[in-house]
Amino acid sequence: MTKFTFTEKKDTRSGFGVGLLELGRKNPNVVGLCADLTGSLKMDAFKKEFPDRFFQVGIAEANMMGLAAGMTIGGKIPFTGTFANFSTGRVYDQIRQSIAYSHKNVKICASHAGVTLGEDGATHQILEDIGMMRMLPGMTVIVPCDYNQTKAATLALGDHHGPAYLRFGRPSWPIFMAPDRPFTIGKADKLVDGNDVSIFACGHMVWQAIEAEAALAEKGIRAEVINIHTIKPLDVAAVLESVQKTGCAVTCEEHQINGGLGDSIAQVLSRHYPAPIEMVAVNDSFGESGTPTQLLKKYGLAPENIVAAVEKVIGRK
Amino acid sequence: MKTADIQQLKKTCSQVRRDIVRMVHACQSGHPGGSLGCTEFFVALYFHVLRRKSGFSMDGMGEDIFFLSNGHISPVWYSTLARSGYFDTKELETFRFLNSRLQGHPATHEGLPGIRVASGSLGQGLSVAIGAAQTKKLNNDNHLVYVLMGDGEQQEGQVWEAAMYAAHNKVDNLIATIDYNGQQIDGPVKEILDLKDLKAKWEAFGWEVQEFNGNNMEELIAGLEKVQTLTGKGKPVMNLMRTEMGFGVDFMMNSHKWHGVAPNDEQLEKALAQLEETLGDY
Repeated sequence: MTKFTFTEKKDTRSGFGVGLLELGRKNPNVVGLCADLTGSLKMDAFKKEFPDRFFQVGIAEANMMGLAAGMTIGGKIPFTGTFANFSTGRVYDQIRQSIAYSHKNVKICASHAGVTLGEDGATHQILEDIGMMRMLPGMTVIVPCDYNQTKAATLALGDHHGPAYLRFGRPSWPIFMAPDRPFTIGKADKLVDGNDVSIFACGHMVWQAIEAEAALAEKGIRAEVINIHTIKPLDVAAVLESVQKTGCAVTCEEHQINGGLGDSIAQVLSRHYPAPIEMVAVNDSFGESGTPTQLLKKYGLAPENIVAAVEKVIGRK
Repeated sequence: MKTADIQQLKKTCSQVRRDIVRMVHACQSGHPGGSLGCTEFFVALYFHVLRRKSGFSMDGMGEDIFFLSNGHISPVWYSTLARSGYFDTKELETFRFLNSRLQGHPATHEGLPGIRVASGSLGQGLSVAIGAAQTKKLNNDNHLVYVLMGDGEQQEGQVWEAAMYAAHNKVDNLIATIDYNGQQIDGPVKEILDLKDLKAKWEAFGWEVQEFNGNNMEELIAGLEKVQTLTGKGKPVMNLMRTEMGFGVDFMMNSHKWHGVAPNDEQLEKALAQLEETLGDY
């Protein structure tokens, strides 16, 4: 299989920015909305090239979600942009009623998710958004792992019909996916083959899992690494196929231990193929200010935490 | 508009009011007060004002479209939609019952023709309408978008986000209306959370504001015809429409008490005795 390495780092939000621009060129129905964070969301290029299709909403996220729902009536495909916290928790009822229940073709694009937002601290470091969004009937939830995959996911959303949540982040992060690697919504992407444990990861944590896998290999443990970029709909077949082979699972996410990827995988396993599972996630707490690396370490999201979780779960087999 | 046509609209109102009290009575739930108060508005809109295509398409291209933000007055909307041909009036008897397309609050989920977004959780409809109006502009579709809100609903913050946005962006293909009946669930709006000078507020936000009586068909038609001439001039248009909650049924008027209460058998008979059956009960 491909050996995953990187020579360059970039923020995943920039992948969204270039993806949106390309999509704008391909599809005249794509429109962008932003709540006073155009630079942070990397939507400047889209705004510049398509001024008539870009809507500056101001600091009014509830209105933005309603506008987006309304814009779908008449065939537009709105991509809303703001921080993940203001894309979900702040506007949950607007998303629930006007977008999800009404099945509107709105793409909610959310940056600065998780502790890797860094110095701004816990007010902005949402760790509950995956849970909130995946609870909504009919909502597609995508958490891409690097710059290239965030671009690919953005492009894929242009051809997807229905409400969707796209979560990405702020920090500069390894680019380890090939730009032409196929991306299919709802289809898990196996990165490393292994027989001893299945590591399921999403977002920034996929790179952490790749690093952990290398460390495990040195100890003679062969981990399978699967990128679950689509949390919902979950690729149940891929999850079961892997765990039926390895007999145990570790989940890795930059999210609360409650409600996110770990819960999603645990639900599948407990219903269809009970097997030991450990979860690398934030343990029911808020984040704080710090650098992304410091925070990943302090909140138990470093590669060594994944290694420890793997050793523990293998011991439970 | 000819006197005979006005008379016909009034006859339709009487039938819609019968539908409202019968629907709410049948399931012993729902919101008759605001529905009765807005009957003239809905009948005028669907039978005279809206430039509609036959049939229903979600996209509403090439036609005027309407959104109801205060979704709890669904009975008047359902009755008007059925009476104007969106679906069979017989279906009104399913209102609020299991497996019905006529949900307690309007929804798109069951595919009821005429509904383009769910509403009920207040404060969201104006934003949706503004978005739809901006899409009409992008599509070079010169039809209008209408939206109705409640006056109690003005207490929701999102309404004012939307108000600011529409004026700033010159969304002038939009006609919003507030059902200004002065009542909300817990009592008079003035006592619960006073809106103070609502006209001055909307004007200060940059809207063109008109006032008319929503229970007087002649005045209502004149008002709705006038506001169409105010569109396309760089400002969104707001109608402050004075109505009386429960209008048309004497014992339901002058009070907030019939906001969300169903009549019993005896009250139903009393109400129907005041409302002539003009188009045939469903």
